[in-house]
Amino acid sequence: MSTIVNRRDLAFFLYEVFGLEQMLGQGDYAEFDRETIEAVLDTAEQIATERFEPLAAALDADEPRFVDGAVEMMPEIKPALDAFSEAGLIAAGFDAEVGGMQLPFVAQHAMSGMFTCANNAATNYLFLTTANANMLNTCASEELKARFLPPMLEGRWYGTMCLSETQAGSSLADIRTTATPRGDGTYAVAGSKMWISGGEQPMSENIVHMVLARTPDAPPGVRGISLFLVPKYRVDDAGNVGEKNHIALAGLNHKMGQRGTTNCLLEFGDGGESIGWLVGRENEGLKNMFHMMNEARIGVGLGAVMCGLGGYLYSLKYAQERLQGRPASDKSPESPQVPIIRHADVRRMLLAQKAWVEGGQALIYYCGTLQDRERLAGDDDTRDQLNLLLELLTPVAKSWPSEYCLEANKLAIQVLGGYGYTRDYPVERYYRDNRLNHIHEGTWGIQGLDILGRKVRLAGGAALELLAAEMQPTLEVARGSDTLSAHADALAAAWQQVQQTVAAVAGCEDRERALANATSFLDGFGHVIVSWLWLRQALVAEAALAENNKDTAFYEGKLKACRYFFRYELPVAITRLALVETLDDTCLTIEPTQFTG
Amino acid sequence: MDKILVGLKRVVDYNVRIRVKTDGSGVETDGVKMSINPFDEIALEEALRIRERGEASEVVVFSIGPSDAQQQLRTGLAMGADRAILVEAADAVDPLSAAKVITKLIEAESPELVILGKQAIDNDNNQTGQMVAALWDRPQATFASKVELADGKATVTREVDAGLETIEVDLPAVVTTDLRLNEPRYVKLPDIMKAKKKPLDTTPIADFGVAPDDAFEVSEYAPPPQRSKGVMVEDTAALVAALKDKGLI
Ligand SMILES: Cc1cc2nc3c(=O)[nH]c(=O)nc-3n(C[C@H](O)[C@H](O)[C@H](O)COP(=O)(O)OP(=O)(O)OC[C@H]3O[C@@H](n4cnc5c(N)ncnc54)[C@H](O)[C@@H]3O)c2cc1C
Repeated sequence: MSTIVNRRDLAFFLYEVFGLEQMLGQGDYAEFDRETIEAVLDTAEQIATERFEPLAAALDADEPRFVDGAVEMMPEIKPALDAFSEAGLIAAGFDAEVGGMQLPFVAQHAMSGMFTCANNAATNYLFLTTANANMLNTCASEELKARFLPPMLEGRWYGTMCLSETQAGSSLADIRTTATPRGDGTYAVAGSKMWISGGEQPMSENIVHMVLARTPDAPPGVRGISLFLVPKYRVDDAGNVGEKNHIALAGLNHKMGQRGTTNCLLEFGDGGESIGWLVGRENEGLKNMFHMMNEARIGVGLGAVMCGLGGYLYSLKYAQERLQGRPASDKSPESPQVPIIRHADVRRMLLAQKAWVEGGQALIYYCGTLQDRERLAGDDDTRDQLNLLLELLTPVAKSWPSEYCLEANKLAIQVLGGYGYTRDYPVERYYRDNRLNHIHEGTWGIQGLDILGRKVRLAGGAALELLAAEMQPTLEVARGSDTLSAHADALAAAWQQVQQTVAAVAGCEDRERALANATSFLDGFGHVIVSWLWLRQALVAEAALAENNKDTAFYEGKLKACRYFFRYELPVAITRLALVETLDDTCLTIEPTQFTG
Repeated sequence: MDKILVGLKRVVDYNVRIRVKTDGSGVETDGVKMSINPFDEIALEEALRIRERGEASEVVVFSIGPSDAQQQLRTGLAMGADRAILVEAADAVDPLSAAKVITKLIEAESPELVILGKQAIDNDNNQTGQMVAALWDRPQATFASKVELADGKATVTREVDAGLETIEVDLPAVVTTDLRLNEPRYVKLPDIMKAKKKPLDTTPIADFGVAPDDAFEVSEYAPPPQRSKGVMVEDTAALVAALKDKGLI
């Protein structure tokens, strides 16, 4: 069995739980049916398996190097990336009019997930390009689009996102990079950008940087930030690549994981002008960036889930093969050693991974389904509502997998014992790769502030009500089930706790105290949503088992994992949310001097 | 040349660990990933390259198998074949029956070149191509690792036990492919959409008047025996003795 995807489970999510088929054959998805979706996934799986996965360990060991102001890296990566681009995968989600295939979001997530699982570091170059092209397509002028979009969608030019600076990471209000009008509609961009993934690499013919900068008379703070497109090489009106645009690579960061993705300190305006174009309007840079950031954050969550999945599938395979010890009931040294999956504690670790990783997939595919419903919606009201719901869920989709699928990676290492701690097995790499996801695209702490400080109160709390309405049908059906009604009651009680906690926080005048435990809230809130999604999966499994006896082991596994989640996980979340409700100030009030005395 | 005919068999994907059904009636295919036989994929790739070089104008793919084999034909169309024919057969088809069906297809289509895989990775028979050539009464060039066409002839490099052998055959002919002939392309997403609109005709195998070969009978499927535990021997003499004991030398 593949260790980068479980196609049986993927089909379960896409068709049985989230009803993708019912969305096909209409609107933007008129050309699709289940067979075409499966054909797309087949191609993706084939390329990921044959071209990406075999290079993952080598790329991790052979990190790109900084040599004379440029990057040297494994030459084998570029042909793999080309196979992805040539198959049309960069453009897959885009509208037909710009050369895309209008692939549904949920299928895009399924497709790109296989690549992340196969080789996270290599894949980043491509997904950054897609994200960048997406922003260009949404916000830029027709003229800029005509010049930059085609070579990016073809995978000849790659893209980056340049937000962070050394003194401005979480706080983008403090960026210093400047953009000065040159009088001909273009700008000279100058300043240094830190942490830029793919900021320099030897693979693409050009690199298109999306840069946040300030114009000379911009207001201070986030209202004075604009977005610029600045290419590594200048591009003439005919789209030809010309001379260098004075962007210097000042250094590479040496990272814990995702080592094959270059991470760069870039100097714009080094020894000459870095000429750029304004994207969208002046001072609306952050707004435009955030429009894309929601998608990017769901993408981060997806990446975290896929690191988790890789570790889960690998450790599951290992546990079935590794012989060690004997069951507690038979300690005789004469009897053969058993596969470690016979030990309850190993099963606990595998079941925990399954519960988090498949719960995380449900969360991401659910978000994908909402994105699809939004794309197909006939009226603005529906679209606005779905958008509101996605706004609420985005910090959860980003952070919950970053936390719990990282925990899953920890257990994957544990299942392999000493071998898991060595570089001869991929599980420690999955852990290192996954560790980034809580940090970039807004740290866990920033996501916590976002959800509790802003999102739960969006539109007067309407977002929370929309989510409750989405959960309602599951609760109703589950209440009619002998085996699942207790879970329905537990979920209803958990939701009650969410509402109480939100009310307590809203009633607290002291903002700092109200938000002191925001990250804990996000953590618990995520668990409540995932337990709902487990209940949803369990209902599908129960119905399938009642209907016929095909795939019984698969469906019974779903029921077991649901039970695990409700017994081992949800209670912890409720305790956590109850603590947040008390507006506990332990963390807030410990003074810096009290840490060491 | 006008036309190339290529066979695509639906088989269990080469990455799947094969499991025999508990009743021994066959191999488990329920919920198992199915793909185009890898040798057939190479056959199609070769045909497409010949067409892309302008040396042929049409590539027709066919499959003899269950209605689900449409998936593999659609993949073939997405790779670039022009049209597809499914000969629908619910039960497994033995090599001679397959060869008879293919000969009928050849009569109907009159291709100048028929490219088949040297074997299918399900039963590894390695017979169909040879049988087709005999029934059709045309030359065959099996185990091809290189194919060149000129002046109504095909020059084919063959992988044989002793190394490589190059032969020339008059067209029309049957070529069967070996692994090193080429590296098949990946399907491109836009071509998946185009493939939906390409013609795919289905005919039941009964219409070909081919009765399954009764010389061919499946008695039972069984997994290979589990490897038994090895034994350590003291020295070479003991090894020789042990091998003799087992009647191996
Ligand atoms: C491998 C990697 C790739 C990256 N790729 C890119 C890229 O391509 N483009 C790009 O622009 N950036 C990129 N980044 C930058 C990334 O987005 C920042 O590192 C991140 O936003 C955090 O900023 P910082 O590192 O300055 O940490 P800081 O902002 O200094 O944060 C340090 C800690 O303080 C906490 N904190 C900060 N402010 C607050 C607050 N107001 N309330 C509560 N807690 C707070 C944070 O949660 C964090 O735990 C990348 C980073 C890494 C490590």
